[in-house]
Amino acid sequence: MNYTYYAGCSLHATGREFDLSARAVCGRLGIGLAEIPDWNCCGASPAHSTSHLLAVALSARNLALAEAQGAGDIVVPCAACYQRLAVARKELGEDPGLREQVARITGRDYAGRAGVRSLLEVLGGLDTEHLKAQVTRPLGGLKAACYYGCLLVRPPAVTGFDDPEDPRSMDDLVRLAGAEPVPWGYKTECCGAAHGVANEPVTLKLVRDILEVARRAGADCLVCACPLCQNNLDARQEHVNRVFGTDFGLPVLYFTQLLGWAFGLSDRDLGLDKLFVKFRPGV
Amino acid sequence: MLNLSRAAADGAHFVEEVEKRSGQRLTHCYQCGKCTAGCPLAFSMDLMPHQVIRLVQLGLREEALDNKAVWLCSTCATCSTRCPKNVDLAALMDALRIMARREGRTRKGASTALFNRIFLDSVRRHGRAHELGIGLQHNLRSGKPFKDSDLARGLLVRGRLKFRPSRIKGAAEVARIFAEVKRMEDGQ
Repeated sequence: MNYTYYAGCSLHATGREFDLSARAVCGRLGIGLAEIPDWNCCGASPAHSTSHLLAVALSARNLALAEAQGAGDIVVPCAACYQRLAVARKELGEDPGLREQVARITGRDYAGRAGVRSLLEVLGGLDTEHLKAQVTRPLGGLKAACYYGCLLVRPPAVTGFDDPEDPRSMDDLVRLAGAEPVPWGYKTECCGAAHGVANEPVTLKLVRDILEVARRAGADCLVCACPLCQNNLDARQEHVNRVFGTDFGLPVLYFTQLLGWAFGLSDRDLGLDKLFVKFRPGV
Repeated sequence: MLNLSRAAADGAHFVEEVEKRSGQRLTHCYQCGKCTAGCPLAFSMDLMPHQVIRLVQLGLREEALDNKAVWLCSTCATCSTRCPKNVDLAALMDALRIMARREGRTRKGASTALFNRIFLDSVRRHGRAHELGIGLQHNLRSGKPFKDSDLARGLLVRGRLKFRPSRIKGAAEVARIFAEVKRMEDGQ
């Protein structure tokens, strides 16, 4: 099975280990990833908060490049990039006038042939026996709180592959890896996203609540699918402890890292050495 | 205190512009408050999300645009997902931010507006967002030079930040997209 791969800016920097682990896990599962040559930033929240046309056009360039590459649907690990590309695809498909206008802006047309799928959706859709066959180091009942965040599941008219209030696809993968997904109520609460840079106190309150609810649910770790969520929950965890006087020490890893660990891949190949709060299952 | 007589002059025009930009019918909202009940950012806002819609319905441009709430909305779309009348409030908030910026009403969301500007400037110049550069610029221009310096150090030693931006081959093409969009929108 082959896909066109869109990494996105964060996966080359703050979310480096998401890129590493996504490639390693896909490699093990026999999924070919052909990166879009010369892809650009999806525009993220700053673009859609500034100009609707700019947001669609920036994503449309990537969609057109992927389509021209002809290597199949686009698979996106980052929840935010995934949602931006999927929104642009939907709007371009529903509005011929917009498609024409955007093609004039970018100088490239996108006919809608290349679809957009999140990596979670793709891995969740694999044959479970195929996945189970790769598990050589089951996680021994490790309790994991699956944190989906906002953009993987919302708005459902765009994303649509999982329940927007109680998504399960990550829980199912985590269970296959031998861990125990805990039931909890903060699966899709917002982490504050880019407010970490612009208004940190707001993000720290949201992160504190997410960590607290995960801990009360008995979680040993959080599992996520977005580099912004991961950074807020992991790298800013020390800031939360400092500001609120808490003592959180919850590892926050990408679902691809957890899966890769169960597949027996090395910490280095999965970028597990890059986490702030160390992940040491069984210790 | 709301000055409703002011709304009479400009109100209808304002409502029409918001509807056009957001693609939402404002009359669909019957103020049930479900958006506010589920909003994860409501705790930090000066106006509740349902109040923002109400102000737009009343045609009160200044009150609807010049507040903290529109800039604190993280576009998580919990409201849009739960609205019993299918109003996409996240899309509405986008439209309000776009209009607020165009009218120079960013005072109550200065930090977020600055972040957006610096982020897009990075994309316009390199084709991709350079996270370290964006963080540093934001610190310098918001007068907090050492904010997150511990975080940046931690990310650097883990190989999770790049000193230099990655400039794509099509950077000029991306810059042209920005210029074209600006030309089209200014010509509206």
